[in-house]
Amino acid sequence: MMLLIILVGIFQSWSIALTIFNYCMISAVMTLGANIQWGYAGLINFGIMGYTALGGLAVVLVSVAPVPEAWSVGGVNMMTCLGIIILMIFSTRYILKNIQNSNKRNYLIAGIIIVGLILIKIIAGPAIEQIEAVDPAKTGFLGGLGLPVLFSWIVGGLFAAGLAFIVGKVALGLRADYLAIATLLIAEIVVSIIKHEDWLARGVKNVIGLKRPAPYEIDLQTSPWFINLVEKFHSAKLDLANSLSERQDILNQLVIDASSVYVKLCFAGMFLVVVIILLIITQKALYSPWGRMMRAIRDNEEAASAMGKNVVKQHLFIFILGSAIVGIAGAMMVTNDGLFTPGSYRPMRYTFVIWVMVIVGGTGNNFGAILGGFVVWFLWVEAAPIALFFINLFTAHLPETNEIKVHLINSAPYFRFLLVGIGLLLIMRFRPQGIIPEKIIKQ
Amino acid sequence: MDLINAAIVLLNYTIIPALTYGSQLALGAIFVTLIYGILRFANFATGDMMSFGTMFAVLLTYYFQSVGINFGFLPTALLTIPFAIFMMILYMLIIDQTVFKYYRIKKSPPVMLAMVSVGVMFVTQAIIRIIIGPTDRRFLDGEKFILKATEFKEMTGLAEGLTIKSTQMITIVVTIIVVAIMFWFLNKTKTGTSMRAYSDNEDLALLSGIDPKKVVLITWIIAGILATIGGILYGLDKSYRPFVYFNNMLPIFAAAIVGGIGNPYGAFFGGYVIAFAEIFLTYAYKRFLGYILPESLEPNSLMQLLSTDYKFAISFSILVIVLIFRPSGIFEGKRI
Repeated sequence: MMLLIILVGIFQSWSIALTIFNYCMISAVMTLGANIQWGYAGLINFGIMGYTALGGLAVVLVSVAPVPEAWSVGGVNMMTCLGIIILMIFSTRYILKNIQNSNKRNYLIAGIIIVGLILIKIIAGPAIEQIEAVDPAKTGFLGGLGLPVLFSWIVGGLFAAGLAFIVGKVALGLRADYLAIATLLIAEIVVSIIKHEDWLARGVKNVIGLKRPAPYEIDLQTSPWFINLVEKFHSAKLDLANSLSERQDILNQLVIDASSVYVKLCFAGMFLVVVIILLIITQKALYSPWGRMMRAIRDNEEAASAMGKNVVKQHLFIFILGSAIVGIAGAMMVTNDGLFTPGSYRPMRYTFVIWVMVIVGGTGNNFGAILGGFVVWFLWVEAAPIALFFINLFTAHLPETNEIKVHLINSAPYFRFLLVGIGLLLIMRFRPQGIIPEKIIKQ
Repeated sequence: MDLINAAIVLLNYTIIPALTYGSQLALGAIFVTLIYGILRFANFATGDMMSFGTMFAVLLTYYFQSVGINFGFLPTALLTIPFAIFMMILYMLIIDQTVFKYYRIKKSPPVMLAMVSVGVMFVTQAIIRIIIGPTDRRFLDGEKFILKATEFKEMTGLAEGLTIKSTQMITIVVTIIVVAIMFWFLNKTKTGTSMRAYSDNEDLALLSGIDPKKVVLITWIIAGILATIGGILYGLDKSYRPFVYFNNMLPIFAAAIVGGIGNPYGAFFGGYVIAFAEIFLTYAYKRFLGYILPESLEPNSLMQLLSTDYKFAISFSILVIVLIFRPSGIFEGKRI
């Protein structure tokens, strides 16, 4: 697998190879999360998109500098609304605990929800308009906390865990395929809220220029130590230059290339640390008593329940755990891109492709999950160039203006769907346990 | 007079569009429910299969237009329906033989089949995009309106106009015909009864001599008819775009489950529940209230419960609520 990425580095460019590598690692983290749910516990979660988006939202809310004007016009109202929501939750909980009469209870809860929603609508409505009116081209939202961006990875995980708690409470009792549909739709609701609540994170207007935990290319290009480093690295190439000005030109070009590679290497290092930490933890967990219990629950729920294991609680716990990891991956991805684009969250890319990764790699095996993330992401990205190559090969005898040839070349990007789909079908048919199957170590 | 005006406003902006959209959803939902009831899996390729059938209708419409065949004041696409259905059924049967049959014979769990249908979804999407591309296409021709707002105003002398697009009328009429034939088939014919028996209790049905191959074949044929017609009607009414069809899978699933999955009557009903909820909750009632309330009470705001951005979210919320309180749907599910 590494060899393939190195091949891309040699044939296309090192910058592209590193981009693919970084995305492979992000996919691997997402796959680890999904694998915890599906591989360990047999819970089907088609809502990966929603957790990824929440992780991304966390980056915006944590790292962007706050917008003081927006806070001054609408901050108080929005905070009041938050207070009302918390109050609603606690009063509902109180009623659920202390009132036994079911009719009375239902009416009271319905009353609380309706009154709360009306209050929120009244209080938040004007505040939202004012917030969105604050310099709408640039801000128009509350902004974040202005904290370091790495911190947001943890917050992203916590956000996703919070959502998973709610979803798990609501939907985990459902049969497998109902659960799949329910989670798919809930993720869609989450994304549509992020898309359309402009005061929160600018919605479809996107947030750009997010902070980075790595240096910026422009700073690197002007810092002397970096230029010296590049000079040393490429001294042989530079010595070939004839004149001083030519040498300077070559050096400038090299520095620009090297700066982008350097930044991506920084990201790659950070992602690698996350992947390794998660791998160690998940590997330990899988072979701990807890992991054995999860497998027992997965393979035979009734028997595990008869042995005194709390199936419902464990399901909820593992659902939260897996979702939190997906949330971390979502935050990593937005940090890597440096921009948050809610419009780009689509179930195809963020749910189904991740699922293909889990199944192709090997369900229930962490190494399999990581391998799946790498292989499928690589195919997903490189499918278009590969398809283009084959199209040119098979239509070489046709003239350049041949309609079929032109049409095929134009539709080369869509061969990725074909490749991934056929890959999934073949794996499901001939190796349903995945490339690296689950290993059970007898203790 | 004001009351009539108010009623016209409501009819024009909510009831007719909701009926149209509901019919389109209902056809898709019956398709989902049939597959779920008889083949026993949630088909994630639903939207793309509908899109596949519609693609042929679009291509054939362009072809017919180029050779000069048309259907008078009706859209040419209606002429292409039989051909599109044929291609759709052919495709479905090929997929069934190459992909689904293996798992059906092995009696794999439904989750496995659902996952396989995700693979089918990818492949179908690729084929569609390679053949026709991802762009937006309109293929409606013939008369656009049955009744225009200005004509209606002249006819009745009311202040509010009523517009009926021909596609809305076609959708509703075609849906009624198709669904009526299908329910007649399921309830009155021998094959239909055997399908219901197979769905109710597979082992018992096999014991009483029902041929499972035939049941599966008929199911795919009916599914092909429903998917193609549903897709074409949606495409005529809005426009044809592969991505939108994929997304439509979600409200269709919602409709099927809300009605009680596996139950075609429920699915039919569920389609309208979802459509009416979406449109009634996002409609701005300002004009309507302006007619029925006295002038002093006239609202200043739009009187919209939720912004139209949340259209999809509403149907999903309904689904979640139904799943929590009545997991088997409004009608009892899992019966055909």
